[in-house]
Amino acid sequence: MTTMMTHHRDEEVRSGTRVPGDGPMSSVLLVAVRYTLITTVLLGIVYPLAITGIAHLAMPYKADGQLIVRHGQVIGSAIIGQSFTGPRYFNSRPSAAGNGYDAANSGGSNLGPTSQALVSRVDASVTDWHKIDPGAKGPVPVGLVTASASGVDPDISPEGAYYQVPMVAAARHLPEATVRTLVRAHIQGRQLGFLGEPRVNVLELNLALDALTPSAPGAH
Amino acid sequence: MTANGWLQFLFFFALLLLCMRPLGIYMAGVFSGKYRFFAWLEKPIYRISGIHEDQEMSWRGYAAAMLLFSFASLLLTYVIERGQHFLPWNPQHLPGVEQFLAWNTAASFTTNTNWQSYTPETTMSYFTQMAGLAYHNFFSAAVGIACAIALIRGIARRESKTIGNFWVDSTRACLYVLLPICIAGALFLVSQGCIQNLHPYTVAHTVQGQTQTIAQGPVASQEIIKELGTNGGGFFNANSAHPFENPTPLTNFTEMFLIVLIGAALTVTLGRMTGSPGHGWAVFACMSILFAAGFTVAWWAEAQPSPVLHGVNQHASWHQSGGNMEGKETRFGVMNSALFATVTTDTSCGAVNSMHDSFMPLGGMVPLMNIMLGCIVFGGVGSGLYGILIYVVLSVFIAGLMVGRTPEYLGKKIESYDVKMTMLYLLIFPLAILVLTAISVLYPMGLGSLANHGPHGLSEILYAFASTAANNGSAFAGLNANTHWYNASLGFNMLGGRFLMMIPMLALAGNLARKKSIPPSPGTFPVNTALFTVLLTGVILIVGALTFFPALSLGPILEHLLLQHGVLFS
Repeated sequence: MTTMMTHHRDEEVRSGTRVPGDGPMSSVLLVAVRYTLITTVLLGIVYPLAITGIAHLAMPYKADGQLIVRHGQVIGSAIIGQSFTGPRYFNSRPSAAGNGYDAANSGGSNLGPTSQALVSRVDASVTDWHKIDPGAKGPVPVGLVTASASGVDPDISPEGAYYQVPMVAAARHLPEATVRTLVRAHIQGRQLGFLGEPRVNVLELNLALDALTPSAPGAH
Repeated sequence: MTANGWLQFLFFFALLLLCMRPLGIYMAGVFSGKYRFFAWLEKPIYRISGIHEDQEMSWRGYAAAMLLFSFASLLLTYVIERGQHFLPWNPQHLPGVEQFLAWNTAASFTTNTNWQSYTPETTMSYFTQMAGLAYHNFFSAAVGIACAIALIRGIARRESKTIGNFWVDSTRACLYVLLPICIAGALFLVSQGCIQNLHPYTVAHTVQGQTQTIAQGPVASQEIIKELGTNGGGFFNANSAHPFENPTPLTNFTEMFLIVLIGAALTVTLGRMTGSPGHGWAVFACMSILFAAGFTVAWWAEAQPSPVLHGVNQHASWHQSGGNMEGKETRFGVMNSALFATVTTDTSCGAVNSMHDSFMPLGGMVPLMNIMLGCIVFGGVGSGLYGILIYVVLSVFIAGLMVGRTPEYLGKKIESYDVKMTMLYLLIFPLAILVLTAISVLYPMGLGSLANHGPHGLSEILYAFASTAANNGSAFAGLNANTHWYNASLGFNMLGGRFLMMIPMLALAGNLARKKSIPPSPGTFPVNTALFTVLLTGVILIVGALTFFPALSLGPILEHLLLQHGVLFS
């Protein structure tokens, strides 16, 4: 049997459908298994651990997620959005991650443009904005009534921040000009002057706001 | 559509033009064995595996090695997933992955698809992500490059029985091309805010007194190869929309750039290795036309205000991106979301920085169409090049028919066997997509998973089967694909879309390699001219449009018309 198969193989080699480099199936399978194991060690384990090691030594703050600590407690990450509601804080965008801003279950709403659920949700958001902020009569900036892709978008647009200035200023008994200046100081322009969109980091803006009026109720 | 947006687009394209040539020439050198500076790393891998690096293979041997390797590595990933609770780096104590899902995921990552029926941060341990999933991000890309190089050799060689050594080609693709860019790129991503650690998830106490659990992990090392290898499987559910995967506009730019880089550079490698640089550029020009057209339509569609939202300010200004912001991140806005969506589906990447399911009807049609054309615009690393070369052979064949001569391609006669293999490649793809979609819309097992109804529901199902057949992996993610029907059918679709298409392609390579070269005559249709670019673009659009137009008109096109009349579905 073996001789026959070998003979058959030789025939194929001569006729040109096989070449010596092809090898018998069983030995190719053995090569495949050994190759899979050695490369898994190299690229699946050594490579990511090496990157982890270098990142940990050179950039620990960034590698660990830019965690912000206040009074010995982690209050969040500088680049992960968290929920802010009510008139005393600049509100973050609607979130479809878990029950809202679930940073262990990220994602968007995945509602399509002709979805009744989407339109009803946006209508409800618009009504809520007019309720929480009776002074603001104009249309609500689109970012404030649409859910982000990640559900943990850390930013709102400058338009969305300015829109909330009268509401926050009134709730904190601050002059609007002061709050407006604070917003302006927290606008991040386009990166390198032309990449991406201008934006305001909501957590950083609100922490600065709390620093401005430390005696505010709820801060303790 | 703003001037700044165009500036970003032009800068992107100009940088691509600048970088693709040196990389393409470098890859031609790597795969012809000119550069050997990593021989010290290559040799032990060959010795341990029992590989004879100086022995070349026939197309059958090449295909057998590719299939057996894919099988072995798929199996290992399946085992890792099932047993992750016994393995290290599982700080969240996640249980072993359910068998249908584990099968679907192993098939998905082995085939360079990276379709994800699961939420990674609640399903996969760090070990599974590193040694199972990111591993395949390297090797499915390397296998793609190897097969593209084998096809190029088939075109370039004369009267040769062999097309290269599979093990050597994929090892070199990893060590000389992918790994160096990944090491530098991963550290750059960390410097911008991409995380890289093995910590348990952080529990934060937020400013307003809530508890927020923040997922952690070795993200940067996986993110970089996910883009460079056109894999696309997110470390997190939100994929490249997640701030830990894609923290800044600069990382976004880098990620988009890496997605197209190797695919574009391979056209230079093609020109170089076949001794016809003009042909490489003609193919690249065709890709560029389709790229620019897709981006323009997607951006235009997404910048439109939605006619069914009232009391909302959707205008574009410096102060906000405006347009359709549902499922988009503030830092990327409409333009960078549309560009990412175009890039990720022109290639077979499938990473997303915005949710395609929430795109406007025509905005979402662009990624869907890009995938239906086979992800050949720059394309998946390797798979994009051999995908478009199939269309090149078809174009040459059609041109030959028009002038009534035996078609020739770079000195090779294109004969019956070659055209049969080409057509096999082109027919398997729509057959898989349309038949499986048809089955899914007929039965509750398919319809029960929909998140949106009306024409958008058809788009969700169509997108899932197109995405898996083309090994793209992006999704209209509202569709709940973690069911037995979808896990099984999409899993087989991915394997078919990869291997049933690679085998005719390698057969074509083997057959071309055997042929004699004939000198060009006045009747030869030149493949390095603008006329050829136009013909190739036309063939791609006609084949794609004729095949899929009926399905598209019932999905996104109908939805667009209904949206203009304010028709909604609940």
